[in-house]
Amino acid sequence: MDTFVLMLAIPLVSGMLLTVVGEREWAPNLNIVASLGTFLSSALLTGEIIADGPRMAFGEMFFIDSLNVFLVTLTAFVGLTTSIFSGPYMKNEQEHGRLTKGRMRLYKSMFQLFMFTMLAALTTNNLGILWVAMEAATLTTVLLVSLYRTPASLEAAWKYFILCGVGIAQALFGTILLYFAAERVLGETGNALLWTRLVDVKGQLEPTVMALAFIFLLVGYGTKVGLAPLHNWLPDAHAEGPTPVSAVLSGLLLNVALYAILRCKVLADGALPGGFAGNLMMGFGLLTLVMAAFFLSRQKDIKRMFAYSSIEHMGLITFAFGMGGVVANFAGLLHMTMHSLTKSAIFFAVGHATQKTGTQIMENIRGLLRINPVIGWGLMLGTLAILGMPPFGVFASEFMILTHAMKHHPWATPVLLLALGVAFASIFGRVQSMVFGETHAKRLPHAPAITPVFLHLAIVLALGLYIPPYLTRWFHEAAKMIG
Amino acid sequence: MSSVPLSAQLINLFASVILLMAFAMLAQRRVLPLINLFAIQGAVLAASTGVVAVTTHQAHLYWSAGLTLALKALLLPWILHRLVRRLNVKWDVESLINIPTTMIVGIVLVVVAFNVALPISQLSSTISRGTLGIALASVMLAFLMMITRSKAIPQVVGFLAMENGLFLAATSATYGMPMVVELGIALDVLVGAIILGVFFFQIREQFDSLDIRHLERLKDS
Repeated sequence: MDTFVLMLAIPLVSGMLLTVVGEREWAPNLNIVASLGTFLSSALLTGEIIADGPRMAFGEMFFIDSLNVFLVTLTAFVGLTTSIFSGPYMKNEQEHGRLTKGRMRLYKSMFQLFMFTMLAALTTNNLGILWVAMEAATLTTVLLVSLYRTPASLEAAWKYFILCGVGIAQALFGTILLYFAAERVLGETGNALLWTRLVDVKGQLEPTVMALAFIFLLVGYGTKVGLAPLHNWLPDAHAEGPTPVSAVLSGLLLNVALYAILRCKVLADGALPGGFAGNLMMGFGLLTLVMAAFFLSRQKDIKRMFAYSSIEHMGLITFAFGMGGVVANFAGLLHMTMHSLTKSAIFFAVGHATQKTGTQIMENIRGLLRINPVIGWGLMLGTLAILGMPPFGVFASEFMILTHAMKHHPWATPVLLLALGVAFASIFGRVQSMVFGETHAKRLPHAPAITPVFLHLAIVLALGLYIPPYLTRWFHEAAKMIG
Repeated sequence: MSSVPLSAQLINLFASVILLMAFAMLAQRRVLPLINLFAIQGAVLAASTGVVAVTTHQAHLYWSAGLTLALKALLLPWILHRLVRRLNVKWDVESLINIPTTMIVGIVLVVVAFNVALPISQLSSTISRGTLGIALASVMLAFLMMITRSKAIPQVVGFLAMENGLFLAATSATYGMPMVVELGIALDVLVGAIILGVFFFQIREQFDSLDIRHLERLKDS
């Protein structure tokens, strides 16, 4: 069977299956097996794309090239490790009495359906379907954010739904405008929203309409990326939802939304040669980065703090793509990968830590090294990695972004350095006092799954030390596509 | 004044009714009439799409007119009515800003929307191009309603009304999006409304009320 069909079908079918059998004893294993299947088929698909070049599927409905296949693999990989992590984690939550059987079922089926919507959003060729899949991704996760049914989690889910709903409505208006511009060139066929068709005629699209369309698309999808000023949903949803959900929201959903913006930017750049789209993205990125860095220092909840750190990194990546050019795009893509892997590893470690200590308030978490050295070191190393310490991979990508900014946009360098410095100071101090020191925590009934944390960190470390040439080529090709 | 064909006049008439409904929703204080206004807006939207379909002979527009009628004029209002009855809410809709002020802000928004839409509708060649400004205005008014209301159901009606405005924008600028996209959007809206229904019960169970002012505890210290 076609690897692409398999990759989309496995999460869809298993998601539906898990709505029925999700509370069984073996359901977590089914979740893992399904995620493994998705990951293997995406890996095979990547092999095919590298060997044979870009391809379509189902007529022209889906399109896979080196840009999205790399995000597909990343998504499937983090999905797999999250499903491994969530097995014992969710069982512990159930035994603490925070979750019922019905909600365990809801969690597993929605997790798989969420994977499906993200993979569909990444691979679709139709910008309208991209919108539909992005909205569906919100819908599948909104009930996951409110999974604990506490007042705070309901509030977070409501905010998430309404803010992302408003954002995504703006993206729809942008899509309508884009279709309007495309229809004038491509005619009234159903093909005028197909990205592959649009990219061929991008120079002929009406500039005024494209400018307006891109503004709406950037603000709309930007809401889901967590760009300021519409980022408010993000820290709440991350802090109040279950930790595996925080890990996939931060590590994957933000990337997918950013990918949507990138696809639109390629078209806008074609129609507006003056760098209009890039400048907008640089502005939004910088604003987001600075805002997040200063909010970081005021956080008391550990998951909220790392959620703000995600906003900060998304701002940095948006800035990198805004600068444009092969080098900056390369750095942006690399940073996207590193951030996904590192941030989900951190959330895994944070999940275990909060479960052990029974609190998310950082002042009350002390001496993680005494409770469980593995978790303590996991959190410490993850934090060092996300703060851009060499030799981790985040250092490489941040360094590339900074040097490129110095060369081409020197005015931005002090702002970048200041924001990164503030973020470093606020996160490092907090984590240090959580990891070291005395403690009084209890044992958990189900031993935590530590492998995913160190697997992710090992990859980030390895990529920081040495990026294999085929990976460089691959990133390079994807970076060239974004232009 | 025979230069404007009847169909274009009809479309403009329907579009103005949609805008009128958007203002009426903004001014409405009670929850059941609010849902009814939303249903009327949906029905008029379906009628306007129908007129465009008849004049331009676009097969897929008949489908989207039918879909709009079924979903936005019948199914969603019915779900909302049921929710209101099941949740036993009969209170007045409370507005965070008083209603006359909201109306004035609304008028300003309409002027802004018309100015933004002007350059685009000049480029458009569709029979219904004049309504793009109205569509954008309805989106903005619905947005305003979402911001100024403190209860959950009016916020959701605002959300759905915003989708109505976007649909009008799609038909007026381009004769509608491709069918597969429209089906996807309709599916998302329906699933979204159902999830919100589930969500209302969760909120009510937790707070004994649907006032979203309870939902203001999460703040950055």
